[in-house]
Amino acid sequence: MKRIITLTVQNRPGVLNRVTGMLQRRRFNIESISVGTTETPGISKMTLVVEVADDQKLEQLTKQLNKQIDVIKVSDITGKAIVARELALIKVASTPQLHNEIQGLITPFRADILDVSRDSLTIQVTGKPDKIEALIALLRPYGIKEISKTGITALLRGQQPQSSQVADISQFSM
Amino acid sequence: MRAEAKISPETSNAAAIKEKPRTGADLLIDLLVEQNVDTVFGYPGGAVLPIYDAMYRKKGAFRHVLTRHEQGAIFAAEGYARVTGKTGVVIATSGPGATNLITGITDAMMDSIPLVIFTGQVANTVIGTDAFQESDVLGITTPITKYNYQVDDVRDLPRIVKEAFHIASTGRPGPVVIDIPKNISEALPEGPFNSEFDLPGYQPTTKPNPMQIRKLIDALEKAKKPLVIVGAGVLFADATDELRQFIERSELPVVHTLLGKGAFPGSHPLSLGMGGMHGTYTANMAMYECDFMLNIGARFDDRLTGNLKHFAPNAKVAHIDIDPAEIGKNVKTEIPVVADAKEALKALLKKDIKPLNHREWLDHLNENKKKYPLWYERTNEGISPQWLVEKIHEHTNGGAIVTTDVGQHQMWAAQFYTLDKPHNWVSSGGLGAMGFGFPAAIGAQLGRPDDLVVSINGDGGFQMNMQELMLLKQWNLPVKVIILNNAALGMVRQWQEEFYEERYSESVFEMNPDFVKLAESFGIRGVKVDKEEDVDNVLKDILSYDGPVVADFRIIPNEKVYPMVAPGKGINEMLGVEK
Ligand SMILES: Cc1ncc(C[n+]2csc(CCOP(=O)(O)OP(=O)(O)O)c2C)c(N)n1
Repeated sequence: MKRIITLTVQNRPGVLNRVTGMLQRRRFNIESISVGTTETPGISKMTLVVEVADDQKLEQLTKQLNKQIDVIKVSDITGKAIVARELALIKVASTPQLHNEIQGLITPFRADILDVSRDSLTIQVTGKPDKIEALIALLRPYGIKEISKTGITALLRGQQPQSSQVADISQFSM
Repeated sequence: MRAEAKISPETSNAAAIKEKPRTGADLLIDLLVEQNVDTVFGYPGGAVLPIYDAMYRKKGAFRHVLTRHEQGAIFAAEGYARVTGKTGVVIATSGPGATNLITGITDAMMDSIPLVIFTGQVANTVIGTDAFQESDVLGITTPITKYNYQVDDVRDLPRIVKEAFHIASTGRPGPVVIDIPKNISEALPEGPFNSEFDLPGYQPTTKPNPMQIRKLIDALEKAKKPLVIVGAGVLFADATDELRQFIERSELPVVHTLLGKGAFPGSHPLSLGMGGMHGTYTANMAMYECDFMLNIGARFDDRLTGNLKHFAPNAKVAHIDIDPAEIGKNVKTEIPVVADAKEALKALLKKDIKPLNHREWLDHLNENKKKYPLWYERTNEGISPQWLVEKIHEHTNGGAIVTTDVGQHQMWAAQFYTLDKPHNWVSSGGLGAMGFGFPAAIGAQLGRPDDLVVSINGDGGFQMNMQELMLLKQWNLPVKVIILNNAALGMVRQWQEEFYEERYSESVFEMNPDFVKLAESFGIRGVKVDKEEDVDNVLKDILSYDGPVVADFRIIPNEKVYPMVAPGKGINEMLGVEK
């Protein structure tokens, strides 16, 4: 099962290495990881998307993360009401003639063209991973030259619904 | 205990020394003194020269033990920590000095031993350029330390040293590395210094949750076949008195792990002995048959559990551990109790527990104990190693600190040197690192100078760190080094005999040094014993001798350790239970 886990960490040297090294050593499968600073100086936030086999593995994962000295807080926000976004840059093969066609294709995704050259376009799109995957699928026939994705970053929504109505992970599945 | 003042140069030029400005290294020495460090194990080199210079100028701040290999230093620090409960301190230089520590750091991590390790590093202006003797100590040690630091600013040194000692010695203990670039130890620090703890993510839970204690008692009261497993967590928490009260109050049978030896008196009628691969039949069958298992401070290592399918298949499991990540990691646990073992036992002792209905179970276990004791046979091919360990026990009244190396002799020592006292057992459990036993004895003797230290080694493992013999002479440490000499890597040989159809690939030594002459070359007494009839006299003689001895006992060469749970098998499927 796929889980979204956020970590609040003390921003000390090596913290990313400690976390990813532990995940690798204990054979947890990381799908994506994003890291950035927060509103508090010295505190960073990591968002992990991981694939775990069962609840026992998931419990081990959160315990092992919590055990890291630099990790202040671990939250499994998978079942919570969250906003989760990823950003992708997609360089797609294109001729000037195709420009408009592609523009029309990406508009419903609220994606932007950031760079244009004689034989390519670079497109930026943000959203949930399934939206990004859908756009990539549409662009694929034109020939994708390069893709770079940030991985998911996520926050809890300001208001949490009653536990019976929480969103499930399928929202984020790809 | 302190000898050979001669080898440390006298501080003749006191005036010149005073003039030297205070450096980061001087600050470090003061910080170690502030932590009540009395002994440091180490080895100098380029990147730590400023630290050794400060040590020279501040002579007497603590004793520095110069081993002959960094691995000897860190194993000695572990031995010191394991018998004193204090944090062991190690210093090594950058590059090769640091990499020589890796086995010891891993060992301390696996066995939860508090160490603070200082490694020199190239100046931070050249870090990352593959400078001479640069190695990525932070990168290398991240997976094998509880935490590690590289000092970037000398003003952080007070905070880092304080945090390191705190992290190493609290919660689940473990090794902490502090990597110090040379320019930091040479720096002339000016304030303001940072000396406040800054560890918002580190708050070990020590007090048990009362609801979990209640659940634990409810489950215990319902049990017909209760069993308690005790591990080194009980020793780290200094909870042996509380454990004994708790056990005796409800008459609970006890199994100890390899490293839990001494947590509960081995000769107590409620002790079933050690569990696991070479544990007793009674202990293993009790783990198999019990209907309630309380684990206190053990981590359900695979050498204890055997094949998990056959481990406590019918038991409700409760687990007291200060490290929540150990609970439920290997064995499904219904009642987790995150706490220090002493706090948890105190909480249990405060509660009434109804008398249990487990007389039949106790009778059954006693029956097993009588029917299937540990056994061995004496032959005329050499000294029986198990009998020899029993003899050592007899001649030391079971009161020695015993350090072991890794292999058959380790298992025989664990099986036949019954320990009633805590903190007297020093062995490499989780990592099983050969070469550990002898340097660990040096550290143990330095830490507990008034106690008898017996180091039981195989001829293989002893040769991994025998260079440290010089320290016995130099520091006049009366360690009794026992070699159970089978001219082989006995444990490897045993597995080849049993699981590889007697193909003894590279496990038999065609040659060995003359251990008596070897000892003598270090100025130490050496004896060789090859007949059982000489054992009593020799033991009497060397144990009353006031000084170090190396005793080479020629044991039955192909004796095996039994009983045994074969790899992959369940604890209920032991080999060699009976003659
Ligand atoms: C550093 C290291 N290398 C290899 C091993 C694998 N190993 C485990 S026991 C053993 C044999 C030990 O032989 P010896 O020290 O003579 O002790 P004995 O088993 O004969 O009592 C070996 C090689 C190990 N545990 N540690």
